[in-house]
Amino acid sequence: MKQKLVVIGAGMASGRVLEHLLEQDREAYDITLFNAEARGNYNRIMLSPVLSGEKTYADIVTHDDGWYAENDITCRFGEKVLEIDRAAKTITGENGTVSYDKLVLGTGSNPFLIPLPGHDLEGVIAYRDLEDTERMMGLGEGSRCVVIGGGLLGLEAAAGMAARGVDVTVVHIMGHLMERQLDEAAGYLLRRALTDKGITVKCAANSKEILGENGKVRALLLDDGTELPCDLLVMAVGIRPNVALGQGAGLAVGKGIHVDDQMVTSDVDVLAVGECVEHNGALFGLVAPLYDQAKVAAQTLLGQSSTFVPKELSTKLKVTGCDLFSAGDFADGEGREDIVFRDPARGVYRRLVIKNNVVIGAVMYGDTADSNWFFGLIRDKTDIADMRDTLIFGPAYQGGTPLDPLAAVAALPRDAEICGCNGICKGQIEDAIAAGASDLGAIKATTKASASCGTCTGLVEQVLAVTLGDDFVLPAAASICGCTDMTHEDVRRMIKSQRLTSMPAVWQECGWKTPDGCHVCRPALNFYLLADWPLEYRDDPQSRFINERKHANIQKDGTYSVVPRMWGGITTPDELRAIADAADKYMVPTVKVTGGQRIDLLGVKSEDLPDIWADLNAAGMVSGHAYSKGLRTVKTCVGTDHCRFGTQDSTGLGIQLEKELWGAWTPHKLKLGVSGCPRNCAEATCKDIGVICVDSGYQISIGGAAGMDVRETELLIQVPTEQEAINVIKALTQLYRENAKYLDRIYKWMAKVGLDWIKERVAAEGDALVDRFELSQTIYRKDPWAEHVSQQAERYKPLATLSLEAAE
Amino acid sequence: MTSWIDIAALDDVPQRGARMIKTTLGCVAVFRTAEDEVFALDNACPHKAGPLSEGIVHGKSVTCPLHNWVFSLETGEAQGADAGRVATYPARVEGGRILLDRTFLNARSAA
Repeated sequence: MKQKLVVIGAGMASGRVLEHLLEQDREAYDITLFNAEARGNYNRIMLSPVLSGEKTYADIVTHDDGWYAENDITCRFGEKVLEIDRAAKTITGENGTVSYDKLVLGTGSNPFLIPLPGHDLEGVIAYRDLEDTERMMGLGEGSRCVVIGGGLLGLEAAAGMAARGVDVTVVHIMGHLMERQLDEAAGYLLRRALTDKGITVKCAANSKEILGENGKVRALLLDDGTELPCDLLVMAVGIRPNVALGQGAGLAVGKGIHVDDQMVTSDVDVLAVGECVEHNGALFGLVAPLYDQAKVAAQTLLGQSSTFVPKELSTKLKVTGCDLFSAGDFADGEGREDIVFRDPARGVYRRLVIKNNVVIGAVMYGDTADSNWFFGLIRDKTDIADMRDTLIFGPAYQGGTPLDPLAAVAALPRDAEICGCNGICKGQIEDAIAAGASDLGAIKATTKASASCGTCTGLVEQVLAVTLGDDFVLPAAASICGCTDMTHEDVRRMIKSQRLTSMPAVWQECGWKTPDGCHVCRPALNFYLLADWPLEYRDDPQSRFINERKHANIQKDGTYSVVPRMWGGITTPDELRAIADAADKYMVPTVKVTGGQRIDLLGVKSEDLPDIWADLNAAGMVSGHAYSKGLRTVKTCVGTDHCRFGTQDSTGLGIQLEKELWGAWTPHKLKLGVSGCPRNCAEATCKDIGVICVDSGYQISIGGAAGMDVRETELLIQVPTEQEAINVIKALTQLYRENAKYLDRIYKWMAKVGLDWIKERVAAEGDALVDRFELSQTIYRKDPWAEHVSQQAERYKPLATLSLEAAE
Repeated sequence: MTSWIDIAALDDVPQRGARMIKTTLGCVAVFRTAEDEVFALDNACPHKAGPLSEGIVHGKSVTCPLHNWVFSLETGEAQGADAGRVATYPARVEGGRILLDRTFLNARSAA
């Protein structure tokens, strides 16, 4: 007599179990198939192409009514199973009870819904089944949708709806998309491709509340106050194994229903497959292991011996035009090496992670043609020692071409601006070359490119080299560091003209040769990005030298110095008392008066920093930025207040300047001085920016130095009023930080671009420069000490304190 | 024999960053890379004892904050032209927690 088999859940795994079973022995079982959805098996992973319109539901049905009839399967679709009675070996559904000899659970998973306020509003859905898909397909062109979750499923949903003309915003809590499968660089390329499709992507965004109107979703509110209006809100943040039936039946359940290597649960007559199972602590969401499980389960049902072995997994995103691939492991562990290949011209990124001459992980974006070959290397643990040098180029390139240092420039479109001073684009330079210009001088003469500040010279030369090929010999220019062939100036122009607003964007578009830069390039990039994109880019403390990360100066013994700001060098008895108290309380070994007219507390321990800052904050003092590549001090004399020679209120102007400029980041440190008369007691003429007050107004001079080089300032301009003086200094500071190379002080920058050019720019676009300076200051004109005291005081303490005993 | 001890949550150390732990036998720096790998090394640079936990972390290397010596987080070897080595200790992440091996931390005083 035939045995009775009951299968609960018509999913991808259970469908495969049935196929394998019937292929091998059509007569083994009488089969009953329950499914809560009123339909049979379809290919759930192809819902995304259905959503985007590339396929129809009919295309993705794997088993139709004819197939079930042909195989004598009793279908109980649209019927929920209420109870499993393992003692009696019966299943009770809504329409009656059936007995079994063997039972297969394929109950799949449930989408996880974040319990945000408003998650139960009409119009908040998950992305799991055909109903969800149809809801999304029902959105009209021009309607708005927010997708929470920037993983595989969320992005497929977003792209599918965008293809239908829906205005889609993706909200992702992590710093880059698909962080479990991709690294930052590939995440950046993916984000760019999605943005090109018209999808708005918000990373590092925390959802706070779902707002509704008349019981229906209206908008998503983020915790920064942003409201994203929407007609539909899709949550695609993950799945949880659906264990309810198994648990109700008393089976062993952890995160999923426990199964052994034969897919048998804690009951020998009950098997489970698919997303509802937990095997050796692992859960399953991708289709490949599900199919392997199905095969094993079918063999187990037929009394054959078979073992489920989890294999390496790979991921591909099913979004047209976004070719990405990720496989294996690229995190956790020691002894690993990276091979990175970037081709900015084609938007290609490849990264291989290698351990002991075996590829253990791969991330590819843009060109995934070789992905199967790399996946094979991972799966088979092939020894790659012999092909290591050319491995990254793929199977066709044994002995492949070397990286092209000019690829980034070759990739620029014709309308990419090369010379910012004169507004000259790449196309105009190419045209000039076509018209006969064959060297830098000719380009300067005919287009004016690089004829002003000159910082784009490197790029102009590279355009020459790309266009003329071997006819142009590129002068050797010093690159930023070993991570790139580009100079500071080249990278800066790329950041501006290509609107690169994140570090991964720069690494990719400028063809960085390392995964994440080094101690030389990262601080420079961090500065360029925050200077050029104050609103878009967020300062990265991990790319700053320790002094700027900890807002104190490290000393040779690992202690720090603390210098509170004294505006214009003016202090009060109360401030002095607070400083004295702090020096006593934290046992500061050295208290010194600095050259910048303030007081330095030297020898403070790292863990005491937040406390001493809190004490100084309480007395009204803020960070003096004595550690920063930014505004340090404005040194003043006593001016007209007390001095019999003073011509203007130099102290007052100094205080005002310091209050306007403090917190500003600049390429190098920035020191100012304001002297009340030409006797120059504030030594203003050896500062980066100096003001000498005279009867008729204010002489502003720049480019002084009193360090390794000693230089006198040169006159920039004389203005009649204090307000004009402040504006000129703001404009000059902004011009300096938009154009100078990182770690060039004003005098070095001035030597490159010329004082005349600086005068011209300040005169021509002074107001716009002041506006941009002020915009940036809305972010940075605040006390970092207070912020660190309230938000990250823990970081200053040891992570742990262990008491260990010396070994015998 | 290993004896793993729970030190802290992985998220207590920033990506491309480090934190220092104090022990009665000296300070150890715990590093976290961009890929969430963790490494534990002696905190003191062999050159002038600079605190490596305050350095810039890039790839699987750290740059000493005092004089820019670069060390491999995997081997502890100084990179480039500089010669020197800092001791490394087994470290791993499990369930979002950083674990160090007490046996190795103890053994170093004998070295």
